[in-house]
Amino acid sequence: MVTSIQILFILVAIITLGCALMVVTARNLVHSALWLVAALFGVAIVFAILEAGFLAVVQVVIYIGAIAVLIIFAIMLTRRIAQDSGPRFNENWGWAVVIALVLFAALGWMLASQPVAHAPLAPMDARADPLRSLGLALVSINGYVLPFELASVLLLAALIGSIVVAWEMK
Amino acid sequence: MLDPINLIAEWLRGLLAGWGLAPGLINFIMTLLGVLLIAIFVLVVDIFLVWVERKVVARFQDRLGPNRLGPFGLIQPFADVIKLLIKEDITPDGADRVVYNIAPILALATVLVLWAVIPFSPTMLGSDLNVGILFFVAAGAIGTLGILMAGWASNNKYALLGAFRTVAQVVSYEVPMVITLLVPVILARSMSIGDIVKGQSLWYIVLAPVAAFIFLTSAIAELGRAPFDLIEAESEIVAGFHIEYTGMKFGLFYAGELLHALTMGALFSSFFLGGWRGPGVDAFPLLGVFWLFVKAFFLYWVIMWVKYSLPRIRIDHMLNFNWKFLTPLALVAMMVTAVMDKVLAQASQIIYAAGMLAANIVIIWVTLYILRSYAHAERQRVAEPKPVATPELGKASRN
Amino acid sequence: MVPLSWYLIFAAGLFSVGLFGVLARKNAIGILMGIELMLNAVNVNLVAFWRYREPAGIAGQVFAVIVFAVAAAEVAVGLALFISIYRRRNTIAADQIDLMKW
Repeated sequence: MVTSIQILFILVAIITLGCALMVVTARNLVHSALWLVAALFGVAIVFAILEAGFLAVVQVVIYIGAIAVLIIFAIMLTRRIAQDSGPRFNENWGWAVVIALVLFAALGWMLASQPVAHAPLAPMDARADPLRSLGLALVSINGYVLPFELASVLLLAALIGSIVVAWEMK
Repeated sequence: MLDPINLIAEWLRGLLAGWGLAPGLINFIMTLLGVLLIAIFVLVVDIFLVWVERKVVARFQDRLGPNRLGPFGLIQPFADVIKLLIKEDITPDGADRVVYNIAPILALATVLVLWAVIPFSPTMLGSDLNVGILFFVAAGAIGTLGILMAGWASNNKYALLGAFRTVAQVVSYEVPMVITLLVPVILARSMSIGDIVKGQSLWYIVLAPVAAFIFLTSAIAELGRAPFDLIEAESEIVAGFHIEYTGMKFGLFYAGELLHALTMGALFSSFFLGGWRGPGVDAFPLLGVFWLFVKAFFLYWVIMWVKYSLPRIRIDHMLNFNWKFLTPLALVAMMVTAVMDKVLAQASQIIYAAGMLAANIVIIWVTLYILRSYAHAERQRVAEPKPVATPELGKASRN
Repeated sequence: MVPLSWYLIFAAGLFSVGLFGVLARKNAIGILMGIELMLNAVNVNLVAFWRYREPAGIAGQVFAVIVFAVAAAEVAVGLALFISIYRRRNTIAADQIDLMKW
């Protein structure tokens, strides 16, 4: 008996994998970036199916709203006219296909054969608020305040570093 | 409580269950009907906005505006729509067809999607997401993607340049907007917009006027309306990223821009002016829709007032204004609100409101003081007599 | 109910596609897009395990949020480097930026 949520997940997964394949095989780089946006949106839908609503919206804001826009900007700033029609794979692409397929088969077989992968869905307390516990965990001393602060220092360093690296020296 | 919309919904649900449909399918059909209802209502209001725009700008400019078609020119927007529909639908040579055609749809869709999280009345809300505010930020983020797609797909370097400038402006002004959006979240203890409106027994504009001002300013910049309209500055880069769009595709961009302005008005009223709150809402929840739209249209009028009164801001002034004034001010407002909220947590409502208002007035006073002293220093620096080369000086040095 | 193994296979597939992109693409930004796909696959894995094993604990979501932050920082610095390289050498094809090879 295939439930509707299973059909929904299969559909979203196939579309996202299709978009991801188009990302790595598109000839035009801007098209590749737009397929990446579609794949990231598919992953956001998967987060929503997994009842992690906050992460789904944060995925859209950060990945699509910031990272994808940054990638598209960089593509448009580093384009040469003849580039859009040149070969898009380097000469080792055959080995890359082999490695990717072997890795997928190995990971898939290994993960699907673990007993934990067939365990039932752990019940989530309907009154529990994952958003509230996430917020509290990120700032509590017994929680994850140290990785949180380190991540903010990392972002500050990346911000200053990328401005310095891309500064146009006259 | 007389609530006709919910009564009709219950009756419809009973009818569908009577026909023997599964409950999942009934939910799906009801949700679909709700989506269609909201979308049609909002798009019809959008057509009305075209009329409002032209009449109000005419009055600001001391003229009459369209008054030939129908009483007070009310049929004018329909004539505009028909004109746009019968125009030739062209795609520029060398443009990327699929991306070119999807961009205007994306621009309108990301605005329409925002109406799902705006509470229309105490019992009518599209989807009470517990992260409604983040959803609003996400929709704005996807909007910038539509602009980039439009600018790039037009195969026109002025469109691309306009798209870059637009995205730079929109992404920059998202920062103070998101920071000030944390202020209603702190005051209401929830990111859901429905909860924010429910918590406004006292309007938040009284508790956080600085945040309201910063939100309004960055909203006007997000919309790309004057004084921040260098992205479609007609005298400079001729309509920016939608140069190559004609006919109904341009109509979608234009309608999307006007609808975005009304949506920002509705969101501002939900965050700071109490949303659907007003006299008589407890008895007739449907009156909430009326109050929401009164406030939204008032904000829309304020946005137009600003547009037709101020000159355009240059791009470097605009970026300086954002990063050197709005963002620090937003951070200070958020920190002061958080600290005051912690200090006054146990106080009664009057003391809480008075404390918040006092803190905001202190912020405003300190900001004005800093601005005044900076302006004073600038004026003194400019007024210093600078040495000028004159023939007397030259003769004196030669002897 | 969707079995956990389906999510894990989906994440493994996304990871493999990203790996193919990293190994086979010539353009440096194409490689970066492959890396983004791999990071997203990791995030899907983390959140799936969080939901299916212990939704009351919060470690899975925190880890995913930190991965978001790291990915954003990495993309920013990487793209700044690419723009800087493009200004110097007028190309960002990965097989032409090989100053350290013979």
